[in-house]
Amino acid sequence: MTTAMKKKMVQWDATDIKAELLSKYPPKVARKRAKQIMINEALQNDTPTLTANVRTIPGIITMRGCTYAGCKGVIMGPTRDIVNIVHGPIGCSFYAWLTRRNQTDAGPDGENYMTYCFSTDMQEQDIIFGGEKKLAQAIQEAYDLFHPKSIAVFATCPVGLIGDDIHTVTKNMKEKFGDCNVYAFSCEGYKGVSQSAGHHIANNQVFRHIVGENNEVKPGKYKINLLGEYNIGGDGFEIDRIFKKCGITCISTFSGNSTYDQFASSHTADLNAVMCHRSINYVADMMETKYGIPWIKVNFIGAKATAKSLRKIAEYFGEQELIDKVEAVIAEEMPAVEASLVDILPRTQDKTAMMFLGGSRAHHYKELFDELGMKTISAGYEFGHQDDYEGRQVLPNIQIDADSRNIEEITVEPDGTRFKPRKSDKEMKALDKAGYKFKQYDGLAMDMDKGTLIVDDLNQYEAEKLVELMKPDIFCAGIKEKYSIQKLGVPMKQLHSYDSGGPYAGFQGAINFYKEIDRLVNSKVWSYMKAPWQKNAQLTGSYNWE
Amino acid sequence: MRKVAIYGKGGIGKSTTTQNLVAGLVELKRKIMVVGCDPKADSTRLLLGGLAQKSVLDTLREEGEDVELADIRKRGYGGTWCVESGGPEPGVGCAGRGIITSINMLESLGAYEESEGLDYAFYDVLGDVVCGGFAMPIRDGKAEEIYIVVSGEMMAMYAANNISKGIVKFAASGSVRLGGLICNSRAVDNEAEMIEKFAAKLGTKMIYFVPRDNDVQRAEINRKTVLEWNPAVPQADVYRGLAKAIDANKDLVIPTPMEIEVLEELLMEYGLMEAA
Repeated sequence: MTTAMKKKMVQWDATDIKAELLSKYPPKVARKRAKQIMINEALQNDTPTLTANVRTIPGIITMRGCTYAGCKGVIMGPTRDIVNIVHGPIGCSFYAWLTRRNQTDAGPDGENYMTYCFSTDMQEQDIIFGGEKKLAQAIQEAYDLFHPKSIAVFATCPVGLIGDDIHTVTKNMKEKFGDCNVYAFSCEGYKGVSQSAGHHIANNQVFRHIVGENNEVKPGKYKINLLGEYNIGGDGFEIDRIFKKCGITCISTFSGNSTYDQFASSHTADLNAVMCHRSINYVADMMETKYGIPWIKVNFIGAKATAKSLRKIAEYFGEQELIDKVEAVIAEEMPAVEASLVDILPRTQDKTAMMFLGGSRAHHYKELFDELGMKTISAGYEFGHQDDYEGRQVLPNIQIDADSRNIEEITVEPDGTRFKPRKSDKEMKALDKAGYKFKQYDGLAMDMDKGTLIVDDLNQYEAEKLVELMKPDIFCAGIKEKYSIQKLGVPMKQLHSYDSGGPYAGFQGAINFYKEIDRLVNSKVWSYMKAPWQKNAQLTGSYNWE
Repeated sequence: MRKVAIYGKGGIGKSTTTQNLVAGLVELKRKIMVVGCDPKADSTRLLLGGLAQKSVLDTLREEGEDVELADIRKRGYGGTWCVESGGPEPGVGCAGRGIITSINMLESLGAYEESEGLDYAFYDVLGDVVCGGFAMPIRDGKAEEIYIVVSGEMMAMYAANNISKGIVKFAASGSVRLGGLICNSRAVDNEAEMIEKFAAKLGTKMIYFVPRDNDVQRAEINRKTVLEWNPAVPQADVYRGLAKAIDANKDLVIPTPMEIEVLEELLMEYGLMEAA
């Protein structure tokens, strides 16, 4: 891209935009928000410059979800053969049921409970007298009906308020059944500052209660786990297809299209490949400490990123057979991707995108927009932490606040019998010398252009303001933002649930994404729309602190 | 109908005072309903002669939606209606939510309707207002008149001051007012003077001084109020006096709770004075 063209695209000045975003806030709110809006320098800092993972200021309509949503919806939602019982009033269960479009196949055993919605349906009298008995009854009923391998229980807000001891209930039921692993998650919605706390609570319990339960050695070569992939719109199926083709054995996916047994035997893999850094990096750390499995950051969103990630996995195992196979697969898959781009790129080149998603997605999808020749002019996470923005090197300098301390950290020791370094010191040194990076994640900011805006925990007001000022060709976020953005006349793509599309991962997914974005950014329909207030005069007013 | 709630530190004698007071009002031919707001469900024991009362929440749990007024209230001494809200066993569930549910249930069943011809509804509330549920009787005009049972002991006065803060909070948005302090004597030095001064600082008055008398305990052992057990003893006249004072009381105020330092000064002043 020429410099002249870049200049043309950046007609706005980031400093002015930031000032404009903050101008309507009361002074104290503006001061706080200013720390969460960064004009990107694309520098690798040691101390974080952007504030993240802090409380949303009351009154602001945040894009964030709750801890329960992070635990039940995101992490455990995609598991197919675990009966997930929500302990609480019915709404929490119903609205967290299948809404993320996690896909699944029923597998050879046909065990798939994802299509069921399990709830204790707490009533007022259960709140008053306590819901433990009803919970035990619900677990018993689920066991009698389905005889699942495992039952998980999720606490909703009132359960925490009235103090039902769900962990004792599940422990007793587990002992009673003998052949069914039962455990609970204290993931009340009010915990933590965002859904990120829920991911942590979920993963801690998966690690504590499931990982390592099955020591049976699975067949196959080049065994890896794929961490932080949730099979939305079938992403996981496409990645599995590619792994199979390459001869890579995926022991366990956390947690797209996953099974109980996958988690239980995940400690037998030889490499952890981490997709979503935010939701699961601590599981990778714990598995390394306890079982000796090293981890690398990968990304299967974007054809080039997919190729890069496959090569990285192959390089780790270091066997020519695998390296050759991976190259052959890339060579076989890329022509279709390139052919698609030859057609689409001229129509998407130089268009602009904004993305406010999750804790890693906004970074991953930038790869796909890069491939489309589109510029990501502003991006941010709902619940990312500072290391997700500015890289893991800031980790030692992140100040842990009281909200984070409230979320349990598990301390792990090497397993007495099962800890086994996957590579010798010599092999690790050789990899290091070749520039191979374990546990490395540079964050979103490094990949964003200088002068772009990175905004943490974006809210309704700022989203509309950004769209109004910067007029992107497409805006990506979730269902809560969808219609308000479309009303501004800008195409909106949901990248939590993919609207009704997908998969967008891997090679075929990339092609799907190119087509979808081409369709959206080149549609004229949104610009024809005029709201009544765009035709007629508006009332104006001012705040009393102005 | 006057809607009265009795608050005070745990163990101060709220239930005993309330029931003896009610017995005094019965002698004045008043029609009364007593609503116990304690999960222990022991606020109407003296009026019912120790008869176990099935609580509103237990009834609701067993009968579901099909509950009638007759299921949850019982006639006690002198025709008073007795209701126990009830609640979960200690350490389980949410007793505060229970009180909210229970009072709403009474309302929807028409226990407060004019046709019931009540002169008084009394709420006897658990010692400390620990959460929203226990403040229910003073919210939304459920109770409009509060009496705080207090003694000359520091923690009792401290609790009374805190309860006054709660009244201030709800008085702003509703009709709740403080009617006065009932001193249930613990035979502390200069007790009456100190409580009178304390009441004045709160912007109210000590409506009555109830001296300590073992006849109260004797009546309780017999599961009766003093007036029922032995109407001739001096303590029976005390409760008659209390009943008359409250029946005639028209001074309802928004209290002016004090800083803890002021309260401590008061204790110093009276506690260190020579007993009169």
